Amino acid sequence: MKFEHYGLGIAKGMALTFEHLFRKPITVQYPEEKLHTSKRIRGNELVWFPDKCTGCGTCTKACPQGNILLVTHRSEPNRFIVDKFECDTGRCIFCGLCVESCPYNALAMGLKYECAKYRRGDFILNKEKLTASENHRPSAYFRPQFDADLPAQSLLLYDREEGGQKLKFLPLSTRKRGPGA
Amino acid sequence: MSVKTEPFYLNIGPQHPSTHGVLRLRVTLDGEVIVDVEPVIGYLHRGIEKLAEGRTYAQNIPFTDRLDYLAAMTNNVAYCMAVEKLAGIKVPERGEYLRVIFSELMRIASHLMAVGFFLNDIGAMMTPVLYMWREREKILDMFEMACGQRMMYNYMRIGGMSQDVPEEFLPAVKKFIAEMPRYIDEYDQLLAQNEILLARSKGVGILPRETAVSIGASGPVLRASGVKWDLRKMDPYSIYDRFDFEVPTGQTGDCYDRYWVRMQEMRQSVRIVEQALKQLPGKGSVCADVPQFFRAPKGEAYVCIEAPKGNLGFYVVSDGSIAPYRLHIYPPTLINITAMKDMAVGWKIADLIIIFGSIDVVLGEIDR
Repeated sequence: MKFEHYGLGIAKGMALTFEHLFRKPITVQYPEEKLHTSKRIRGNELVWFPDKCTGCGTCTKACPQGNILLVTHRSEPNRFIVDKFECDTGRCIFCGLCVESCPYNALAMGLKYECAKYRRGDFILNKEKLTASENHRPSAYFRPQFDADLPAQSLLLYDREEGGQKLKFLPLSTRKRGPGA
Repeated sequence: MSVKTEPFYLNIGPQHPSTHGVLRLRVTLDGEVIVDVEPVIGYLHRGIEKLAEGRTYAQNIPFTDRLDYLAAMTNNVAYCMAVEKLAGIKVPERGEYLRVIFSELMRIASHLMAVGFFLNDIGAMMTPVLYMWREREKILDMFEMACGQRMMYNYMRIGGMSQDVPEEFLPAVKKFIAEMPRYIDEYDQLLAQNEILLARSKGVGILPRETAVSIGASGPVLRASGVKWDLRKMDPYSIYDRFDFEVPTGQTGDCYDRYWVRMQEMRQSVRIVEQALKQLPGKGSVCADVPQFFRAPKGEAYVCIEAPKGNLGFYVVSDGSIAPYRLHIYPPTLINITAMKDMAVGWKIADLIIIFGSIDVVLGEIDR
């Protein structure tokens, strides 16, 4: 292939690359600093509100994987006590259909996304692990009532300088490195 | 004494870094020149068509995400449209417009990925990919804002979409759409006249117009060969007849044309999103009233849409129960990959990777 001015195209590309030397870095030092995820994030866990749950089992029917185990017994008339409520997050595909189907707002998606485990058994979330608490908070996926409590999503679209929606960082934890940090 | 030569057989893949997934190419070589190419597929087969028969219509939507995982939104749309056609459900106006906005953003993201990795195959190791991922990342951020995940969206529902977009979504799309043409200019500055790109891709892997039509290729592969075939124009589904856009076509059908067509299609998608944002009705329902375990009437329906990689079809048969009796998926890349032999024979082994990269293959869709 013949070119009139050989090297012109490469010079143009190089000029563009050179321009990028003078812009501010957008890199996030991941384990130390973290960006805020979407408010509607479908994190790798489920959050359960035992006081709202009636044990109707709609979530188990909605699950495409058949992944939610629910065992109940009848106590007083028209009341179900939940004996067992388990979800294997190793098999869960986090589609959120169970949350969408729950008629009593008793189930929500979680916020956590760093859920690597050493054993497969640890992926199974039982009643205690599923129950909502201070460290186990729900996301606003299909639950707009939690929307106000969550921080705004940090978008790459907006520069750090631009007013209003800046890239927001979680507070810097003490910088530790190595295993177990 | 005469020198005896015989063909040499070479396996590329399934773990070759340039195969875009687990695909094996069985290549017959004469020295370095390709005599025959045979794609061997099935390494990522998960039996999604069979799995669908045991699940309700709503439960199948997350599985369609796993077909073409680089353009999951359009898979969702195609499946939901097929079920809607079967059951005669009408999507509300706002839902239709949001579907168009999401499909076109998905097309931009998928083409960015395709062009980036095509250049990666040429040998521009990672640099153009990272320029293009910068914009793809912004699109994925917006998708995460709307539906909670970056890849497996599960956003469309039968009758519309699962929930309305958050209020900060539309300003973000407006800003992105305003910026995007400038970024495409930047890619052009970086690539369009680059001697290495031109030397490696111009005239390489030509797919003649007649061959492209006869094998049933679609999408950018067909349009690069000079056939003006786009379902959004030819058979406007959804509300695509309300938008003004052009169908870019190539002239020779070589690898450069396939690259060029994708770049132009991104510009057209930006135009469509711009118009859709202008016409988007304000507050209103985004989903028709469809029960979770609804029963589709007996019958069958086939819907084919213009996915980023070509014509994506879903064929649904219902026997009146809560699950489809049969779901068949017509994937565009499976058809496009059959053009490999027509394109690659006669070229060298280094060109094979480029030709393969220019088709834009996703194995999740081929193997299903």
